[in-house]
Amino acid sequence: MLDLDNASVIFQSPGGPAVRALDGVSLHVPAGQFVVVIGTNGSGKSTLQGAIAGTVRLSSGRIALAGHDITHWSQHARAGLVGRVFQDPRAGTAASLSVLENIAVAACRGRLPGLGWATNRGLRQEAADRLGRIVPGLESRLDQPIGSMSGGQRQIVTLLMATWHRPELLLLDEHTAALDPAAADRVVRATADLIRAGRLTALMITHSLAQAASLGDRLILLHRGRIELDVDGVAKRRLTPDELADRFDALRRADQLDDAAARTLADLYV
Amino acid sequence: MITLLSTWTFGLALALVALGVFVSYRLFSFPDITTDGSFTLGAVVAAGLIVAGHDPALATLAGMAAGATAGVTTAVIHAFLGVEPLLAGILVSTALASVNLVALGRSNVPLGQSATLFDCVDRRFGPLLARCGVDATLAGELARTGFALAIVVVAATLLYLFFRTRLGTAMRAGGDTPTMARALGRDTGLLTCGGLAISNALTAGAGGLVAQYQGFADVQMGIGMVVWGMASVFLGRALVHAAGLGTALAAAAAGSVTFRLLVASALRAGLDPDWLKAATAAVVLAALVAPRFLGSRSKP
Repeated sequence: MLDLDNASVIFQSPGGPAVRALDGVSLHVPAGQFVVVIGTNGSGKSTLQGAIAGTVRLSSGRIALAGHDITHWSQHARAGLVGRVFQDPRAGTAASLSVLENIAVAACRGRLPGLGWATNRGLRQEAADRLGRIVPGLESRLDQPIGSMSGGQRQIVTLLMATWHRPELLLLDEHTAALDPAAADRVVRATADLIRAGRLTALMITHSLAQAASLGDRLILLHRGRIELDVDGVAKRRLTPDELADRFDALRRADQLDDAAARTLADLYV
Repeated sequence: MITLLSTWTFGLALALVALGVFVSYRLFSFPDITTDGSFTLGAVVAAGLIVAGHDPALATLAGMAAGATAGVTTAVIHAFLGVEPLLAGILVSTALASVNLVALGRSNVPLGQSATLFDCVDRRFGPLLARCGVDATLAGELARTGFALAIVVVAATLLYLFFRTRLGTAMRAGGDTPTMARALGRDTGLLTCGGLAISNALTAGAGGLVAQYQGFADVQMGIGMVVWGMASVFLGRALVHAAGLGTALAAAAAGSVTFRLLVASALRAGLDPDWLKAATAAVVLAALVAPRFLGSRSKP
């Protein structure tokens, strides 16, 4: 389904050092698998998602999705295959449009929009049914500007929009990070339900070790642009948040040791 | 009475600029300086074709097509060459100053005895109104005002209907939240091209109408039009609580007429015309900050 082959992303700022945000990552995600990606800040999680979504260009390597080599596809061209939910609820919905109009735009994902009416009775009925199934009561707010809704409600609508037409891959970029705990919990449950019901292939970035341990079929830990841990099956199910926290601490200690060694070498020889 | 009707007619013709600026600035968050150049371009193309003996309606449409081309040029410079919106607009507007001068051949072209859209309306509907008991001089001006009003109503209705279609809704989404539009498969560069084409076509249409109404085209006539458009949009928003698309479009058009009436009243009250631009800036500022002081009721 999703294949990354030796994917690297190098950021080069003028006059600054080259930063290897992704360092030869190879990854195969079979259809229907729910992958959770964690990692420290700067580990390459968002770069990995950006490379798959098309917002970040690969320096080398290739990406294939659903049998298509999408390495050089533009972001909007990949949208026909990829559904996305952003960290910021405001990034995934247009505030000045009503809930139904936002859904109408999503209903044309990956297709030519044409000059037919954006909203009609059929779309309204389907949107009400599907929204009401996720969060009962939201279906009565279809005509309200989505900008008047809370962050959690907007993320629920964004989730519905991203999965309106079954995506080949659902990308979730820390989509509960900006929400209060209660709203985050509702969005996480809705996410898990939608992925399970639609048997979707999904890749979710999170900073929550509790979410990382409890959600998904497979867990990937990124560090310095490389995959440090990749577990699935029984090993994934047995993972606890404490074990993941220990892993993080070990990586941080190794980083400090590396930095200390680098400083010592620099003092001695430079 | 005739002066008042003339003020309305002028304000209604310029309402097309307000609708154009509404599309570029409010729907696409694009401060499009091309407006100044495309207003003159519309006037120059329409006047040039009318003087050459072409049908005034076709000449006006040709002017609008030229304006649309200018808008697309600005959008391409911004969206595909990565130039900031303000700078892209300034570049195209500056280039248009030369284009307009070369196309017109000199700085000012009178339409003379050539038939304009307003002459056609005057000839067709003036006598009808006169037969209904309206004074003959007043009837002509009334017909012209009615014609300008009809054009603005048709333009606003077409805009409203277009922006309710799938393509139009995608354009509004692209202008509001580009990340969302791209994630849903829309090429925001192309959407911006479409938005600025519509915006500048309307502005050029206004230029064509104004040239025909005042009887001449001038290469300087577009200066300050973007400020006029913004003033109308902000004034309309301050006057009307514009929650929906239809109300917001109507408010922008009403803002233009109100603004024109304010300008005419100020001049009539003795304002030195040299201070007109400063007064315009003051009205824009007042319209911008008024909603904050009037409380949440007036917020967009």
